[in-house]
Amino acid sequence: MVQFTLPPGSKVEPGKTWPRPEGAEEILTVRVYRFDPESGANPRLDIFPVDRRRCGKMVLDLLFHIKNEIDSSLAFRRSCREGVCGSCAMNIDGRNTLACIKPLAELGDTVTIHPLPHLPVIRDLVVDMTHFYAQYAAIQPWLKAVTPEPADRERLQSPEERERLDGLYDCILCACCSTACPSYWWNGDRYLGPAVLLQAYRWIADSRDEATGERLDDLEDPFKLYRCHTIMNCTDTCPKGLNPARAIAAIKRLLAERTL
Amino acid sequence: MPRPLSPHLQIYRLPLTALLSITHRITGVALVMGWLVTVAVVVAVAGDGTAYEAIQDFLTGTLGQAFLLLWLLALFLHLCHGVRHLLWDVLLGFDRERLNRDSVIELAAALGLALSTWLWLG
Repeated sequence: MVQFTLPPGSKVEPGKTWPRPEGAEEILTVRVYRFDPESGANPRLDIFPVDRRRCGKMVLDLLFHIKNEIDSSLAFRRSCREGVCGSCAMNIDGRNTLACIKPLAELGDTVTIHPLPHLPVIRDLVVDMTHFYAQYAAIQPWLKAVTPEPADRERLQSPEERERLDGLYDCILCACCSTACPSYWWNGDRYLGPAVLLQAYRWIADSRDEATGERLDDLEDPFKLYRCHTIMNCTDTCPKGLNPARAIAAIKRLLAERTL
Repeated sequence: MPRPLSPHLQIYRLPLTALLSITHRITGVALVMGWLVTVAVVVAVAGDGTAYEAIQDFLTGTLGQAFLLLWLLALFLHLCHGVRHLLWDVLLGFDRERLNRDSVIELAAALGLALSTWLWLG
C-alpha cells in the first residue's frame, strides 16, 4: 500500500543550530539531515552556518569542511571525489546528485542536504542499499553465451555494435535515478527501478550476449518493468547525463515487437 | 532499533514532467467523474421534460459552466499527455534537453485547445 507520509519514527524534527563562525564575511547556511542510531531519537535537521570562503568549491568539500571543522560525527559516504564512484549520491536542494560534482556556485545561500530518498537510513547521510544491489544481482549483469569463446581472440564487436552500449555501460550505480522515482518509492520491493533496468538493457543491447530472449522473459512482469510510468525523474536527475527512461522504453518496445 | 525511512515526497523537487504525470492520472479520474454527468443527462432525456430542465439549469449556471470548462481542460490535458506517451512508446522525445521544453509545449497546447473549443462552442 502506498504511504505518502513518513512513518512516525522517521519524521524529521528540528535539530541543533550551530554557532556562527567568527570573522566570516559571507555565511552559507547548510541544513543537513542527521540520524544517530544510538540516540533512539527521531532524525533531525541540523543547521550549520559556514564561512563561504572556507568551504571549498563542491558540496562534498562543504561536507568535509563541516566534518573537519564543526562536527566530526557527521557521517557520509565518499570515495573518488570526481564523479566516477557514485558513493556520495545524496539529495541536494530537492534533487538527487553526486555531492562531489555539484558546484556550490549553482546553489543559493541556503543548501539543504538529505540522504537518498525513501531508503532505510543507517546514519546521517548513509543509507542501506542492500535491496538495490540485490535487484542488480537479480538481472544477472554478466555476459551470457552458449557459443564457446574463440580460442585466439576476444568476442569481437563492430564499432557500431560497441556504440550501442554508449550511455549504458557508463552507469555507476549511484542510485540517484532509482531513488528519485515515485514508482520505486511506492513499489520498490517489486519494481526494479531505472538504474537496474538500464543495466538490464545494457546486456540486452550487447551484441555478444546470447541470452536476450531469457532476459526479456524475465522482465515481462507487471511489477519488475511495467511500474515505469515515464515520470522522467530518472533522466532528469542522472548526474552522469544518462537516460534510464529511454532504456526502459526500449525494453518495452522489444517486448511489444516480440509479440507482433 | 529500526532504521528510519529517508524523506521522499516531502523533500523532492519534482520536475515538470513528474507534475504532468500526476496531472495525467488526476485528469483521468476527473474524466470518468464527468461521464457520470453525461449519463445523468441521458437518463434525464429518457425521462420526462422536468428532469432535463433541472439538469439544463444546472449546466447553464455558474457552477455547471465552471464544471464543463474544467472537464474540457481535463480532457485536453489528458489527451496531450496521452499523445506524448504514444511518442515515448516509439522512443521519441527522450532527450534531456527536450523534457522541459516539450512539457511547456504540451501544457500550452492543452490550454489552447480547451479555450478555443470553449469559445467555438460558445
